[in-house]
Amino acid sequence: MKKYLVQKTGGFLLTAIVVSIVTFLVLQVLPGDPARLMLGTEATPEVYARVRHELALDQPPLGRYLNWFWGFLRGEWGNSWRYSMPVRGLALQAFPLSFSLGLSAVGLSLLVAIPSGISMAIKPASLLARALSVATQVSFGLPQFWVGLLLIQVFAVELRLLPAGGNASPLGLLLPTLTLALPRSAILGRFMRAGMSEAMQQDYVRTARAKGLAGGVVIYKHALRNGVLSVFTIAGLQFAQLLAGTIVIEQVFGLPGVGQLLLAGVFQRDLPLVQALVMVIVLFILLFDLLFDLGLGLLDPRIRYE
Amino acid sequence: MNRGPTATRIWGVVLVGCVFALTILGYFYTPYEPHEVRVLERFQPPSGEHLLGTDHFGRDIFSRILVGGRISLLIGIGAVFLGSVLGTTLGLVAGYRGGAWEEGIMRISTSIQAFPSILLALLFATIWEPGIQVVLWSVSIGNIPNFLRLTRNQVLSIKKRPYIEAARALGARDWRIMLRHIIPNLRDALLVQFTVSLAGAILVEASLSYLGVGIQPPTPSWGRMLREAQNYTSLAPWTLFPGLFIAVTVIGFNLLGDSWIFRRDDVLKRE
Repeated sequence: MKKYLVQKTGGFLLTAIVVSIVTFLVLQVLPGDPARLMLGTEATPEVYARVRHELALDQPPLGRYLNWFWGFLRGEWGNSWRYSMPVRGLALQAFPLSFSLGLSAVGLSLLVAIPSGISMAIKPASLLARALSVATQVSFGLPQFWVGLLLIQVFAVELRLLPAGGNASPLGLLLPTLTLALPRSAILGRFMRAGMSEAMQQDYVRTARAKGLAGGVVIYKHALRNGVLSVFTIAGLQFAQLLAGTIVIEQVFGLPGVGQLLLAGVFQRDLPLVQALVMVIVLFILLFDLLFDLGLGLLDPRIRYE
Repeated sequence: MNRGPTATRIWGVVLVGCVFALTILGYFYTPYEPHEVRVLERFQPPSGEHLLGTDHFGRDIFSRILVGGRISLLIGIGAVFLGSVLGTTLGLVAGYRGGAWEEGIMRISTSIQAFPSILLALLFATIWEPGIQVVLWSVSIGNIPNFLRLTRNQVLSIKKRPYIEAARALGARDWRIMLRHIIPNLRDALLVQFTVSLAGAILVEASLSYLGVGIQPPTPSWGRMLREAQNYTSLAPWTLFPGLFIAVTVIGFNLLGDSWIFRRDDVLKRE
């Protein structure tokens, strides 16, 4: 386990460094001159020279990269160009909303996926299973922002039951959560079905049946424990990816989360803001990947020796 | 069991066929000029005159949908093609060469995977103007890992087979072995991946255009139409129709990809 741990953690660190270099290259080196990006073409030469100096653009790129990365790791994410305040403060304001949105979406998907996956695995030919598999296929293909717009249209405009968004109250988060949960419960449902049908074919399930246990006990006490494992790991990965997934949904519902902050940064070419937010999201995804690998290794010793 | 795959294939072919037919129709005929602004006819509900109604500029929505699909399909196909060529090449090298090449290439692949396509697109949109190039590059780069992993895994299993050894014994060079003996074996798997990736690409393109960093006006695109519709949906819900066409396209390609997986499995079973 120790070797596996070192190997995976080493891989994580290496990838994190590659990712930070890529982010830095794209934002700071590829455009040629970030100062021009910031000032536009109409700044006087004096202002231009001062800004270049303030942003340390007169230094070589390698030094700038190391400086930035070291600062990033210590939590010094610099100042936003447009908001003229520390990026970290802005991010700390925005993250809780996106986090809670992601958590509730994944939670809801699990609530839907586990029972529906079980029922699809137990009775693959039933009407319900067929309907669910069609629903899965359809919900994969629906553009999320469109689903969000439709939900607003139905529940906020026509029925006037729920707020159309713009606020982060629990009620206001209901529609965005539903929107995000739809395709994810479909994916999780598929994994649940696959995990369950595999578990149901194992010898210990047959043994349990042979010794006369009731069908329900076999399914819920024996098969479910193994069948549900993959679903939880996938759900963890989904949660990490959701920080990027909420960008579109926050736009639909006008929620002031990370996505809206990042999008504002993109349109206003606020390099420090974009750089820090992208790094946080990407590192978060990598960290969850690592945890996923380690957890899997812990649960299933065979994986450690591959 | 046999009915499932057949139904999947038929639905896939029908949906994709409809989308292609409408897109091709758009090149020859639209009920109205898709860019024509008629302020007096704004927000007309669907009727015999305007099949799917008109938008906030009085433009005919059906005409714009007919024209708006081509850009999604073209960019989707172009981006996935680019990504598949890059990914397959890297995957071939990684699988065939092994060693440090493989280590390095797989590290790049893992790093790309940490960036969801939308995030990559936002990075590019920060330094470039929003537009087609943002979608093209983010989608193609985002697709590299899929093709890379697929190719590498297949190469690893194929390269130990006797006929590769035989080819090498006959003096075939590396590139010849790759082109003549390995790639043909990959074709089916790549085709499936291409179709599924295309569905994803169209979805990403629509999302990016909706966010405002993708296709820019005046070029009509389904995602962009929904962005503009958002402010008027309570007044004119029919402006949401373009989403239906995105959905049909994506579901169609997904079904097509799935049916090819089934067919592959069928073939394997018969062997």
